[in-house]
Amino acid sequence: MGYLRGFLVTFAQMGKRRVVTTEYPKEKRPKAVRLHGRHVLNRYEDGMEKCIGCELCAGVCPARCIYVRGADNPPDDPVSPGERYGFIYEINYLRCIHCDLCVEACPTEAITETKLFEFSFTNRNDAIYTRTELLVGDDGKPQELPWEDWRKGEDEHTSAWMRATSPSGSAEFVGRVAWAGELGYGVREPERGQLFDVAKDSVAGQDDPERRAKSAAAARHTPEGDQPGHGTGGSALPTPEGDTGADR
Amino acid sequence: MTGGDPLFADGLDLAVVLIVIGKTVITFTFLLVSVLLMVWFERKLVGDMQNRIGPNRAGPFGVLQTLADGIKLFFKEDLLPDRADRRIFRLAPYLSLVPAFVTFSVVPIGGVFTGGRDGTVEIFGRDTYLQLADPPVGVLVILACSSIAVYGVMLAGWSSGSKYPLLGSVRASAQMVSYEAALGLSVVAVVLASGSLSTHDMVLVQAGAGRNDFVPNWNLIVTGVVPFIVFLIAGTAELNRPPFDLVEAEQELVGGFHTEYSSIRFALFFLAEFMGTVTLSAIIVTLFLGGPSGPLLFGPDWVWGPVWFFAKLFVFLFVFVWFRATLPRFRYDQLMDLGWKLLIPLSLGWLLLIAALRIGNDRGWNSFVVAGVGALVLLVAGSVLSASVRTAMRRRQLGEVTSL
Repeated sequence: MGYLRGFLVTFAQMGKRRVVTTEYPKEKRPKAVRLHGRHVLNRYEDGMEKCIGCELCAGVCPARCIYVRGADNPPDDPVSPGERYGFIYEINYLRCIHCDLCVEACPTEAITETKLFEFSFTNRNDAIYTRTELLVGDDGKPQELPWEDWRKGEDEHTSAWMRATSPSGSAEFVGRVAWAGELGYGVREPERGQLFDVAKDSVAGQDDPERRAKSAAAARHTPEGDQPGHGTGGSALPTPEGDTGADR
Repeated sequence: MTGGDPLFADGLDLAVVLIVIGKTVITFTFLLVSVLLMVWFERKLVGDMQNRIGPNRAGPFGVLQTLADGIKLFFKEDLLPDRADRRIFRLAPYLSLVPAFVTFSVVPIGGVFTGGRDGTVEIFGRDTYLQLADPPVGVLVILACSSIAVYGVMLAGWSSGSKYPLLGSVRASAQMVSYEAALGLSVVAVVLASGSLSTHDMVLVQAGAGRNDFVPNWNLIVTGVVPFIVFLIAGTAELNRPPFDLVEAEQELVGGFHTEYSSIRFALFFLAEFMGTVTLSAIIVTLFLGGPSGPLLFGPDWVWGPVWFFAKLFVFLFVFVWFRATLPRFRYDQLMDLGWKLLIPLSLGWLLLIAALRIGNDRGWNSFVVAGVGALVLLVAGSVLSASVRTAMRRRQLGEVTSL
């Protein structure tokens, strides 16, 4: 009677109102903190632009969607603290594949990705975001453009992916602050992921392999919202070497 | 037994023609509206069974979603593939739509059948049946139409001049021809029990008192459930509904026979599929569950015929949606195995058993002995059949080994 049990399974679902889908345009699912959305051009805490117009992002871009031209800073009114600044900065979102290679290539953490990706432009010109559109506003948050769909809180975590990757990919630097402050946020906490917790637990429970395996599994299955280090006011957890994250 | 619709007993005049036209319009409208609601009901119910919401944008609870889809399809570009056989390509959707409609015309949807009354109602002073047509060969009309519907699907795939539709139509012809046999054999059992080919007479016979005046005299019980189950399965296969929707099989054949169809012609196929579902449910209700017959509870008598009919109809519409939500699609060889090796022998054997019991009744033989001997013969035949199938399978496997 295995055939008939299947009918019971579907019948039992009726009228339960246990809906697993989201009514998308009306409500949205929470987005992953490190989601690769559209870019922002960051500024230092004093309002100076981080971009120095080096074109490394344009060079590394596999989709060739970034167009940058640098120019010398005007001596009386410098745009960036360095010698040069991004004079023209354009990203074509009809080509961008959101791989975040530009974020990794950037030497000054000028370009990072937000979680915003829901935009619907009606012409190709709107798809090309210019420097003025990409720059963060005076509060350090991305500017809302008329064709973008925003909900409350979606403009936070503008640089989570950048803060999660260690410089030059070295595991020793995971969780260390190696970046400058951002306008509106100050120096932000490292974006800590599951790997960090597994490492910490394995140090603590080295003599008990069973517990270690369990905690590692638990860390892997932690719900997205419970991960430490996502909140802006999260406690500074010790790095594997034992030092705090703020010894820059 | 009655001799056809009493409407035509006094010859044709204007009133009769008007009543017939009125009935036609009402039947057609009913079918279209029921398709509209059926599509919505199916999407909503499957959604509920899969923990989704289903359509909820157009109209209250998304009832108007089908209408919106229809309007959208109507305004889309009508494509005609370069390599299509133009005339047949245009004809095919109608070939699958018309039979679904014609079949419904022989289904009685109302009338009082209990208390010795024969299901006639009075419209404008004329006695008539609440069904569009009551040909003396009603069941044959049903079978003929379900055979013609095969051509719609088959010719659609063949005339598209493209690979996937052709594969779909090859499957369609094989599937529908093989299930037609099981369908027909289970209907023969019903005809045997009712003693008539007219759908109206079938309902009339089933409306009579059954055993102990308690069990209804439905063919479902009289023929012993097996023909009903065979008819339900074979009917689902005839409709190309899941789990027998190999003809469309989105995952394998893109859209099967209607891959190349768009716009209003695709809408016609869509309409035909769901109209077929409603029609087949109505046929099952007529053949096995006594159609519009049922107890009259309160209020005017004529209300209860349609009420019982729609209540029974709804059960089967639900069952078809339930099938879709529960069962995964059959593989092609499983489909053929089920049809040829199980359903056809089963319905044939059951038909022989019922026929033997009838003859035994007429001759005054002991029905227990007849049933016992019949069951024994069927058991022997069944085991011989399964043994031969198993032997053939072993031979084939051996052949594969030696050929390697």
